[in-house]
Amino acid sequence: MSAATATAPATRTRSYALRDSMTMLRRNLRHMQRYPSMTISIVTMPILMLLLFVYVFGGALGTGIGAGADRGDYVNYVVPGIILMSATSGAVATAVSVCTDMTEGIINRFRTMSISRGSVLTGHVLGSVIQVTAVLTLVMGVSLAIGFRPDASPVEWIAACGLLVFLAFGLAWLSAAMGMGAKTVEAASNAPLPLTFLPFLGSAVVTPDSMPAGLRWFAEYQPFTPINETLRGLLLGTPIGNDGWIALAWCTALSLAGYLWSRAVFNREVTR
Amino acid sequence: MNTATQVSPTTRAAAISASGLRKSYGDKVVLDGIDLRIPEGTIFALLGPNGAGKTTTVEILSTLITADSGQARIAGHDVTSDADSVRRRIGVTGQFAAVDGLLTAEENLLLMADLHHLSKREGRRRAAELLERFELTEAARKNVATFSGGMRRKLDLAMTLVGRPRIIFLDEPTTGLDPRSRRVMWELIRNLVTDQGVTIFLTTQYLDEADQLADRIAVLDHGKLVAEGTADELKRTIPGGHVRLRFADEAHLATAAGFFGTAARDDESLTLRIPGDGTLADLRAVLDVLDSTGIQAESLTVHTPDLDDVFLTLTGRQNAPTHPNPQKESAR
Repeated sequence: MSAATATAPATRTRSYALRDSMTMLRRNLRHMQRYPSMTISIVTMPILMLLLFVYVFGGALGTGIGAGADRGDYVNYVVPGIILMSATSGAVATAVSVCTDMTEGIINRFRTMSISRGSVLTGHVLGSVIQVTAVLTLVMGVSLAIGFRPDASPVEWIAACGLLVFLAFGLAWLSAAMGMGAKTVEAASNAPLPLTFLPFLGSAVVTPDSMPAGLRWFAEYQPFTPINETLRGLLLGTPIGNDGWIALAWCTALSLAGYLWSRAVFNREVTR
Repeated sequence: MNTATQVSPTTRAAAISASGLRKSYGDKVVLDGIDLRIPEGTIFALLGPNGAGKTTTVEILSTLITADSGQARIAGHDVTSDADSVRRRIGVTGQFAAVDGLLTAEENLLLMADLHHLSKREGRRRAAELLERFELTEAARKNVATFSGGMRRKLDLAMTLVGRPRIIFLDEPTTGLDPRSRRVMWELIRNLVTDQGVTIFLTTQYLDEADQLADRIAVLDHGKLVAEGTADELKRTIPGGHVRLRFADEAHLATAAGFFGTAARDDESLTLRIPGDGTLADLRAVLDVLDSTGIQAESLTVHTPDLDDVFLTLTGRQNAPTHPNPQKESAR
């Protein structure tokens, strides 16, 4: 063993980074599979919202999105927003599972092992992306069942999925940092709540045009509005304009900020 | 016993060495200059009350935290500059069970096997072997959340062993366990050293645990090592050994007291305490006096100072960790 390990330990660790991350990912997927209550709660929430907005508010809100629009048109309007909301709800699950890991003894075991340091977090982030993808698929299925009629081409579908996965990835890093920073699991589950609320303060359920001036300004410039509009454009053919690039920029910024923040908190926690 | 254990412990290479370790959290000095040298294949116990700095010492030596100053080497590798090499040689079982409560016992072991980059087959074999050795085979497919404290601790240790570490840190491995589970853990720990020649660094607040397991013991108090040696050496450093004779009545006691000049006499319990080091020669001398004078003693007990005496003397504290019988007497 000593002969093999004498060769630069750093390279060795790096070459195992992927393998360790996959091991951690399998661990997190097994957690989700064995304790599906978290996944169930993050999938029921958007579906309930969808039903609420379509069947309870849909008739009234439909008229607000354009003259002559009805409940059927409103389904098409609101689904992209609900999809975004589903993507954000995964953040709570990620923050909770990261925080649970950090507050239990097992993290110290990982830290005393010769494994890629970041693999714990990478495992959580990838797990979160997979979880959110599953949730989005279910929500999309329900949406189609209640009358969502996208006209996207295969390329547009792929682009939409790519955008959502990118968003989920950025949100996962952000919520991983929140989960690590939180002292208790309760605090961790509260920290990402503003994120899940943010789509509503945009173009998710009504057009920002109907909002008061200050809020409208916020709604137009907050990250979820361009993402929402891009998604709507890809799925339903509404004009996208610059929103596509702005959406990508926001997703990149979220991922980068989340990653750097996570890394900073993780390193601080390690050296205490 | 393998050949390595034939070599005298002091000449063996140091598995763990440290000099001048210091650590403070804000104003609170937790470690105030710790020096250690622990030879390969031995069990070393760091003994001390709560808050003495035991866990901090383990955390520094196992690369979890860095010391403010001082140096530490594990198997020749510096814990700060070469942490990864250190991590590849150590196993740590902390104070609180570091198991994944959402997985089964077997899955926990396979997780460790994956993280040690063992092949699937090797991992399965290793997991099965450890489950067997730790008598966890029946519970292998059960969720760890349903485990008792003793089972969790055993699994915790088993997980530490998956990577075949040469140096194992056990931070209060039996705290909170019932007496039977403690004995099981002790047996497992002892076997690690005799079968595989690993080095064990153990922290404990139980004196009998250190006495039972350790080749060498260091007493830590307020961040400083106040004594170090074998259990016997430590016991020898403090007074308190004696032979106690109990008599049927005061007349016998009075007569006997006349023959044992240095003895302390207790009229109430009808006993004589004769100071001595508890050796056989010492005991024979007492018996000879009794024989030659024809005095009948009701009973005789030999008291050797135990680690409780050492602990209390060294740390100068009365609130030492509880021992069921602080004045342990061993009838001979």
